[in-house]
Amino acid sequence: MTQPRTLYEKIWDAHVVEKRDDGTCLIYIDRHLVHEVTSPQAFEGLRMSGRRVRRPDLTLAVPDHNLPTTARVDAAGNRLPIADPESAQQLAALEKNAPEFGIKYIGATDKEQGIVHVIGPEQGFTLPGTTLVCGDSHTAAHGALGALAFGIGTSEVEHVLATQTLLLAPSKTMEIRVEGTLGAGVTPKDVILHVIGVIGTAGGTGHVIEYRGNVFEEMSIEGRLTVSNMSIEGGARAGLFAPDEKTFAYLKGRPMAPKGADWDAAVAYWKTLATDAGATFDRSVVIDAADIAPTVTWGTSPEDVVAITSTVPAPDSFSDPSKRAAAEKALDYMGLTAGQRMQDVTVQHVFIGSCTNSRIEDLRAAAAIAKGRKVAPGIKQALIVPGSGLVKLQAEAEGLDRIFIEAGFEWREPGCSMCLAMNPDKVPAGERCASTSNRNFMGRQGPGARTHLLSPAMAAAAAITGHLTDIRELVGEAA
Amino acid sequence: MEPIKTVDGRAYPLGVKNVDTDMVIAAKWLKGITRAGLGKGAFEALRAEPGNVFDDPAYAGSPILIAGDNFGCGSSREHAAWALTDMGVKVVIAPSFSDIFASNAFKNGILTVALPQEAVDRLMDVAKTDPIHVDLEAQSVTTPFQDRFSFEIDPFRKSCLLGGLDEIGLTLARTDSIGAFETARAKDQPWLAPALA
Repeated sequence: MTQPRTLYEKIWDAHVVEKRDDGTCLIYIDRHLVHEVTSPQAFEGLRMSGRRVRRPDLTLAVPDHNLPTTARVDAAGNRLPIADPESAQQLAALEKNAPEFGIKYIGATDKEQGIVHVIGPEQGFTLPGTTLVCGDSHTAAHGALGALAFGIGTSEVEHVLATQTLLLAPSKTMEIRVEGTLGAGVTPKDVILHVIGVIGTAGGTGHVIEYRGNVFEEMSIEGRLTVSNMSIEGGARAGLFAPDEKTFAYLKGRPMAPKGADWDAAVAYWKTLATDAGATFDRSVVIDAADIAPTVTWGTSPEDVVAITSTVPAPDSFSDPSKRAAAEKALDYMGLTAGQRMQDVTVQHVFIGSCTNSRIEDLRAAAAIAKGRKVAPGIKQALIVPGSGLVKLQAEAEGLDRIFIEAGFEWREPGCSMCLAMNPDKVPAGERCASTSNRNFMGRQGPGARTHLLSPAMAAAAAITGHLTDIRELVGEAA
Repeated sequence: MEPIKTVDGRAYPLGVKNVDTDMVIAAKWLKGITRAGLGKGAFEALRAEPGNVFDDPAYAGSPILIAGDNFGCGSSREHAAWALTDMGVKVVIAPSFSDIFASNAFKNGILTVALPQEAVDRLMDVAKTDPIHVDLEAQSVTTPFQDRFSFEIDPFRKSCLLGGLDEIGLTLARTDSIGAFETARAKDQPWLAPALA
């Protein structure tokens, strides 16, 4: 009888091309997503050395980071130029490189365009049991479907393009179990923010996390994508969910997913991937679902989380001197004082989008709050940025765009938007944003910008009230 | 990557110690989309000085650069190696190199030759008038004046540079294994081929 193995170990074992004496393995890569920021020098490297892309059919390119989220074509259907010359140059490079190397390219004005981590699952490009890489750390998101997915650097992008492999050392395994019943208003975003608060931003370093327990089993695929996406904020290069009936139902019929007899064979294989009974993890963290409240960040690290009903922590409350110093610095940057109620924190910007929270369920959750209400007068900008053109079309078919626009939100084109200040969507210095994105680092949303991470429903609630708000209070009252 | 066996030619007698990677290529050059083309930004601050070696026609296009101690210190930017390659430099000779730069140089097919200060001083003198000959196989640097300096190099790096093999090249040498793996998977799990239109 074979040794019981974890999901991670099964996927790893199935992808070893060669094992070296020092334990590192040449690992086969099944899927490679490419965007405009981390690929130009990789393609340039191929060109300079006269190399080709080994498997263009396993590679999919799409621009997302630099693209403005304002209209991309004029009334006559002509493409509008990108004002920032460097953004325009990176976009032009991908537009040229993809066809030159025979890679399928989803263009800026195609209806399938979107954030690379939204379109992978949406197109059925991401599949259970596969290895998937992209030159972006939030590639961890794809683990929601049971793919071993992680971010890589530009030199590794070039390596995968040329060889369809990476030389890797195996990771340690870590299970995070959340068990019990989630309280009212607690969403997948609250769960992952809480988890990061428990394990810390270095908690998963060197590990691949498998999310287990009834809360994750009951979670929708879109919720799982939100959770797995932020594995990297917990220090883990990858997160994993065992593929199950929900996974299969989500993928069936997607454009790039297997069809017919192939589908049946694929599902039969995917059903063998779940962690065996008796398999062990290097580390195990168990969290009671009842402990998780609607959660927001107060500081400048994703581990700086508190329940929305709580107050800004005092730096003195941290016993670790380095954490105390970090908290002091964070409070100074964030313009907050210890003991201040989180719900009293006013915001000027609201951003609902990013690879963490821009899928249809996220937009539905935000729209349920926005419906029949108005964005507060103190809000300078409230952006709704769908994760892909297809999410946008779906939302429009459901009338969500009308709800948002009538409430005073801006309804934008798909892209990374205000998550990372690489395109025109930025938060001005000293101003505060309730954001459904994944990083609250200093300057992440623009130099001097102050970020509070939260769920789409909580972000919508902040837009309506003008301050961070306990979603349970808004849901309780009639719109 | 181009193999390096021997390199013959004039050398830029820079001689400066602690050349950091900001000096090799300043931050403003990091926003581009190519590794190529960085040569025009190489040593920008030094080139602003009149009489600098880089703009002296006697050294134009030299494949060798001679510098002082601790070459390539500071930022880990791989752009420094890209810039040197773009300006045609294949060998850097110095008493010592930063680890990160040495690794980046190796990845990009640049040979770093560490020699004692006296040897470097002698080569600086020769470089002002005559070419220098670097032989990687023999691990030697020679001049037309019978100077001969031996250098050490990690055997793995030596074989990679001689064979023109970067990390990708090394993996490409395993193409048969990768191909066999692909063939087996295509047979066992044909559904893995995505339906890319």
